[in-house]
Amino acid sequence: MTGPTVDARLKTTLPNPVRPAFERGERDDAVIVNIGPSHPATHGTIQVIAALDGEKVQRVDVHCGYLHRGFEKECEDHTWHNLIPYVDRLNYCSGLINDFAYCEAVETLMDVEITPRCRYLRTLLSEYSRIADHLTCVAASLMELGAMTAFLYLVMIRDYIYEHLADLTGARVTYTYGRIGGLARDLPAGWLKRLGEILDQYEVFVGRIHGLMDRNRIFIDRTRNVGVISTADAINWGFTGPILRSTGAAIDLRKDAPYLAYSELDFDVPVGIKGDNYDRYYVRMREMDESVYMIRQLIDLLPGGPINVDDRRCTLPEKRLVYTEIESLINHFKLIMDGPDVPAGEVYGAHEAPNGELGFYLVSTGGGTPYKFHVRSPSFVHMGGVQRLLEGYQLADIIPTFGSVNMIGGECDR
Amino acid sequence: MAAAILDLMQQQLVPAGGEASLSHRMLVVVVLPADLLGTVRRLKSEFGFDLFLDVTAIDWPARTPRFDVVYHFYSTTHKIRVRLKTRVPEAEPLVDSLVSLYGSANFMERECHDMYGVVFRGNPDLRPILLYEGFVGHPLRKDYPKQQEQPLVPYRT
Repeated sequence: MTGPTVDARLKTTLPNPVRPAFERGERDDAVIVNIGPSHPATHGTIQVIAALDGEKVQRVDVHCGYLHRGFEKECEDHTWHNLIPYVDRLNYCSGLINDFAYCEAVETLMDVEITPRCRYLRTLLSEYSRIADHLTCVAASLMELGAMTAFLYLVMIRDYIYEHLADLTGARVTYTYGRIGGLARDLPAGWLKRLGEILDQYEVFVGRIHGLMDRNRIFIDRTRNVGVISTADAINWGFTGPILRSTGAAIDLRKDAPYLAYSELDFDVPVGIKGDNYDRYYVRMREMDESVYMIRQLIDLLPGGPINVDDRRCTLPEKRLVYTEIESLINHFKLIMDGPDVPAGEVYGAHEAPNGELGFYLVSTGGGTPYKFHVRSPSFVHMGGVQRLLEGYQLADIIPTFGSVNMIGGECDR
Repeated sequence: MAAAILDLMQQQLVPAGGEASLSHRMLVVVVLPADLLGTVRRLKSEFGFDLFLDVTAIDWPARTPRFDVVYHFYSTTHKIRVRLKTRVPEAEPLVDSLVSLYGSANFMERECHDMYGVVFRGNPDLRPILLYEGFVGHPLRKDYPKQQEQPLVPYRT
């Protein structure tokens, strides 16, 4: 055993992993405070260095990267199928949307068209995940303002959803449920019936949240006119998703560039008025209602038939055939060991994730592993513009504003 | 309308020495590094590409010039995307920064600088963003070994 003892290591000063953008504020008596990277209220590991004038935030410098794990490097070393579990862990509040966005990008490269049942199921599960993600975001940001009851109500519904998704996929959070050309498995018996029950419960509890929060003086005082951003500014700083829509712009990929089955659904794009924290809360609440409305339509529309395409380039053969005929055995072996043979090319595929545009830029040079794997994650881009929402407000406003931005460390830092 | 704007861009946008093609229904424009800033300025002002989506690079170690720098833009009016590519050599991986046109370019260029060592001329803040101060090398380059470790705090022995 070599190396310094614990005592000696405590005494040495470690190099600072971060170089702040400023050493002093605009005024000489400004105080520089460091918030994070491990702070219970910044849900996610992120560091905010703020110059304060009294309680007012003059300037902030946001640092992410504490959760960087070399996701893209790792993906370039795995087959197209084997990296799906990593993709799950981008936005871990809505793992299914990551799966489906990634699978669709690969399917575009391979020129595979998924079956109708798979298309509707993916749409349904995307909206279901969106509810879970928004519930997490709203619940956490309300709790940080002291609304414990609201938190428990919302997280209870989220837990129903997690348990229900565990019935389908076998996991509560990281599902690995998408497959290139289809899905891991079909719905278990009685799944849709339980889905209807959960949606009914959702309406009861979200109604209570509206009653508790919407006209609550404390909540309005903390969120109205805090973290305001205009549409032009939001676009300049790359904001997408609920943050952009809270400024009043109805920009939503599900409407503007419909993918999956969205073109066949009836839904509204809720927008805010002034782009403050209250609008972001309300846009998320309304989006969940629209998702419920869409899921109910999808339950009626859901066709029968297979969930996987009949394409030997990407879909595993039936187990019965793998055990009885050599061609299927070889097919199975090649798909597992070498990965699906994706033709050379490049593609950018994007889905409207709960936080904004989640894009996958993939480059293939042919063969079973991606040559280049890049994720355009909404959280990372939002962190590049979040100083616009924080500067000029109170130190205490950092917490609700950060909650309303819903930074997810997994996709921000990759 | 989207088809009309695509045609118009193919006719008018592509500068001399550049080329345009369609890849999976997305217009891809390849320009020289010197034409980048001018092309993006026209994309934004004349064709309405107001949302800067993404910048990244691709490393082709066997090719000269070695790096592709790849940009994606989205137009909130026309609801279409465009991909812009430029090639830079390993000896001087230098392109113009887009921070004067898009605020969001700052963070994304920092990430690309972290990962590939591409230098964005005019970006005032190329500090590490996903990596840390003092990190040696550019991890997404193909010659950076996947297993290489640079722990900031020595491992407990």
